[in-house]
Amino acid sequence: MELAHTTNTAAQSYSPELRELLFQYTLQLADTSLILGHRLSEWCGHGPILEQDLAMANIALDLLGETRSLYQYAAELEGQGRTEDDLAFLREAVEYRNPLLVEQPNGDFADTILRQFLFDGFHYLLLKQLQNCPDKRLAAIATKSFKEASYHLKWSSEWVIRLGDGTEESKHRIEKALDHLWRYSGELFQMTPVEQELHKAGFIPDYAQLKQQWDEHVAKVFAEATLEVPKNVFMQLGGKTGLHTEHLGYLLAELQYLQRAYPGLEW
Amino acid sequence: METIVEKSLEEQFEEKIANEIRIEPKDWMPDQYRKTLIRQISQHAHSEIVGMLPEGNWITRAPSLKRKAILLSKVQDEAGHGLYLYSAAETLGASRDQMIADLHSGKAKYSSIFNYPTLSWADIGAIGWLVDGAAIMNQVPLCRTSYGPYARAMVRVCKEESFHQRQGFEIMMTLCNGAPAQKKMAQEAFNRWWWPTLMMFGPKDEESPNTEQSMRWKIKRFTNDELRQRFVDMMVPQAEFLGLTVPDPDLKWNETKNGYDFGEVNWEEFWNVVKGNGPCNKDRIQTRVKAHEEGAWVREAALAHAQKRAQREAQKQEK
Repeated sequence: MELAHTTNTAAQSYSPELRELLFQYTLQLADTSLILGHRLSEWCGHGPILEQDLAMANIALDLLGETRSLYQYAAELEGQGRTEDDLAFLREAVEYRNPLLVEQPNGDFADTILRQFLFDGFHYLLLKQLQNCPDKRLAAIATKSFKEASYHLKWSSEWVIRLGDGTEESKHRIEKALDHLWRYSGELFQMTPVEQELHKAGFIPDYAQLKQQWDEHVAKVFAEATLEVPKNVFMQLGGKTGLHTEHLGYLLAELQYLQRAYPGLEW
Repeated sequence: METIVEKSLEEQFEEKIANEIRIEPKDWMPDQYRKTLIRQISQHAHSEIVGMLPEGNWITRAPSLKRKAILLSKVQDEAGHGLYLYSAAETLGASRDQMIADLHSGKAKYSSIFNYPTLSWADIGAIGWLVDGAAIMNQVPLCRTSYGPYARAMVRVCKEESFHQRQGFEIMMTLCNGAPAQKKMAQEAFNRWWWPTLMMFGPKDEESPNTEQSMRWKIKRFTNDELRQRFVDMMVPQAEFLGLTVPDPDLKWNETKNGYDFGEVNWEEFWNVVKGNGPCNKDRIQTRVKAHEEGAWVREAALAHAQKRAQREAQKQEK
């Protein structure tokens, strides 16, 4: 209670502009975790091995937990009386701010692993820095999620290595996934105007630096997986500013179905 | 000579059963006891795994973030139960691959309840409340079952199941206190799940071929009909509390037996679903087979990679 009170006061002391920037950014982080967690949850009951079914559900749950904390905070920052569920269930695809990578369909297990790996590296590095964010609430959420993200990155890195350095088939599949998904990795590090402003204000790290560390980790894991890092790939952008792939609309149609069909009810 | 030794082992076994001493994996046990347990434990494990599907059907459509998290974690618990139950069956010499193959070929059974579809969000509430409620009734006595690893697995399973049941009841309560459309959804789900849930206790005692031996060996502690009666007695007041109507015109309080009289289960439907003709039997197995077949290359890759690693380690050590 006391913590909530303190952070509330801190948030209230922000200028309206800064508050709006933090709202936009928190929303973007929440959307990202929600969409990826949702995708992973689609695997539940259909995984290739029972143990991995459990692992994916675990990661989905971590992401969903992070999502809720972030939406709750975003709702407070906005101060318009919206709830976490209003933000998740009652916004259109064009209002969603997640990067394109996380909305890509599950595909086969190799696609899912690679999508996860590309994201986990970014997520891990970002949360590591956000733990020191001057906004206490974001810092606290980052601290909790950072521990989880470390495990996610370990899990997906190990699987990239297994699939790359496994059988001929698994290598072919992960290479195919790479061919498809790599083009969405650049957007993670492309700073939007909101991110640039918040970086200038000292709230979030410089993504160029994160990118450098990310490149190193990817190179290391790919070397072990006997995979080549793709070069000169045209990067697709747009998700973080609301220009999504066609996949997001269907995902949201499913996610939002009950709230849309029966507006305003308690569940 | 051999007969005498055999007999004394059997006597020791019977003595342990009589004295409520747990049978452990390394202990001698009659073949039939082992077979009965493998059948029962693997069926139970399969039920957990197949049971993930009807509820999993609503994870992506759960109506709030909180409900989504609770449902996902519930279905994940079921995967966990499946894992420990497969391990318990493995202590009796069954292999997981073989058990899974038997599930896929239709040789092994799983709880018929999962052959019914989840048509609305209220079905998720009804499953938690009724199906998990019935499962608890069946499973709590299994915490005292005579085979040690099974009993211990069940202690863990039961703890989580009672949480699942509470969340199911809570979903029903929210719906029943909600808008008319929600209340209607709850009643319809209740109508769909009530009778199949009563079927979960198995055939009538006089038609249950395994009950007598299982009771004698203390694998089972109560008969099917005893548990069914208890369940009805427990659930009717809860349904009344929720404001739901039990879909049974013959339901009536019987003062003499201090319990409810209730109508006859549709045994024709029961045997039909057992034989594979339920609304979802084919879908459930096809889904499991598909996941298994599509995952084959992943399992092969993991194995190939582990072997490569082991080889490299061995080479390093040689140098």
